[in-house]
Amino acid sequence: MIYARGLVKRFGDFTAVDGIDLEVAPGEAFGFLGPNGAGKSSTMRMIGCVSTPTAGELRILGMDPVREGPAIRARLGVCPQTDNLDPDLTVFENLTTYARYFGIPRAEGRRRAAELLEFVQLTEKSGSTVDPLSGGMKRRLSIARAMINEPDLVLLDEPTTGLDPQARHLLWERLFRLKQRGVTLVLTTHYMDEAEQLCDRLVVMDAGKIVADGSPRHLIETYSTREVVELRFGDDAPATYVEKLAGIGERLDPLPDRLLLYSADGDAAVNEVHRRGFTPSSVLVRRSTLEDVFLILTGRTLVD
Amino acid sequence: MDGTLAVFNRAIVSYRRLWQASVFSSFILPVLFVLSIGIGVGGYISGVDGVSYLDWIVPGVLASTAFQMAVGESTFPVLGDFKWVRGYHAMRATPVRIADMIAGYQLYIMFRVLIAAVVFLGVSALFGAIHSPWVVFTPFVCALLGVAVSAPTSAFAATIENDSYFALLFRFLVIPSTLFAGVFFPVSQLPELLRPLAYASPLWHAVELCRAATLGVAPPWPAAAHVAYLLAWAGLGYLLALRAFRRRLSD
Repeated sequence: MIYARGLVKRFGDFTAVDGIDLEVAPGEAFGFLGPNGAGKSSTMRMIGCVSTPTAGELRILGMDPVREGPAIRARLGVCPQTDNLDPDLTVFENLTTYARYFGIPRAEGRRRAAELLEFVQLTEKSGSTVDPLSGGMKRRLSIARAMINEPDLVLLDEPTTGLDPQARHLLWERLFRLKQRGVTLVLTTHYMDEAEQLCDRLVVMDAGKIVADGSPRHLIETYSTREVVELRFGDDAPATYVEKLAGIGERLDPLPDRLLLYSADGDAAVNEVHRRGFTPSSVLVRRSTLEDVFLILTGRTLVD
Repeated sequence: MDGTLAVFNRAIVSYRRLWQASVFSSFILPVLFVLSIGIGVGGYISGVDGVSYLDWIVPGVLASTAFQMAVGESTFPVLGDFKWVRGYHAMRATPVRIADMIAGYQLYIMFRVLIAAVVFLGVSALFGAIHSPWVVFTPFVCALLGVAVSAPTSAFAATIENDSYFALLFRFLVIPSTLFAGVFFPVSQLPELLRPLAYASPLWHAVELCRAATLGVAPPWPAAAHVAYLLAWAGLGYLLALRAFRRRLSD
């Protein structure tokens, strides 16, 4: 579906994407995880054939995005980061006018619009204009719109950024259904829970480079420990405890407000902390997440 | 062609939702203009070039309505589709080409101008201001004028970031054109030094063509020269718009 070798995107002196290699197979749900400015959206724009690569090789659906842009875009569904629905048109008209961009005949466009509104649970809003819809509804409409041409590949740029938890879960559930239908999904996100929920495979990006690649589980197993202990010490700076707790677990990471202790067995590590005579003001033992993987790989948190 | 029609279709669907808002400026205002100036002011004037002032001014107001509508519809709506609505970005993700975006919208401008011209002519006919069967060509002259000014205005709207530039466009080009390009008085009344400015305005060429058609007289230049001048504006404007849209939508 997507094949990239040494893909580079530069804007003047700034290198947004710095030589990445990618392969996405049919039916896969593939994610780009990384903080803002990591180069995820620039990569997505190149895959969507709206941005020309500065260097490297890129093939989308076996075609060249520079020479065959329209033919590729005809088979893509794109859900952009910033909604670009028509605010004055109705929900239904947004889909039917968009269908025409793909040369879909009127009657067929209306049939697909009705079916997709059913799928994203917006049938009741069909005749409403877009302006008064909630953020979650607009995003669902954007996803329905991206499906109007029955695409082989769906690109979702930060699909749930800015949505409340309930709206996010509804959206994830719909995206999961798409995945079950065998639609190839490529998404960017800076939410590790989103990547864990939706992606079969993902790459972690930082400063335009891919720093890790694999399934969420594989990444956690490779780069992190099974469990993580979060320790807080009242008003004391967590960094001052790094030396005192040295040797417990496999790794210690002081953050401004807490100390992360990586260990295969969190409870045993906590016991050892107490045995050395320290009494943290709060202790939390949890499973390791992609957030931890990102911190270990880059020394930074995903969302600042 | 499919893409162009799809873009045209979207503009029409939007217009169907919002047409009430444009009724005043497109249909009622020009008629009020003709009544107040043509009949009110015309009452004090014996006539221009041997015809009553009302008859003389009707084709001028017709062309200037098309002119203002075409410019107006290519300012905020075009900039908005880059900045706020991002409709062009939505199209960019589909097989629609940048040339389709421009051509489709120009088609819509022609449609809007044609309708407004036909309605205005109908009202003018009731006042007995139409004197020649050549009048049937005037809606097409208006449509050509529409593209001649809408295409370069679209290019301008696609180049700027801030809508305050539109105020300058109206202040220094649109309003002076409307006042001095032969709509309300003959350009021959202008000091000789300023006349070339009026001749440079696409509006003047459309006004003279419309006036010749409604009065059944010959235009000041050969009709083909007026049409060629308008076509040149339309063609150049289209190329400028293509360049401006490309710059804004690709990297």
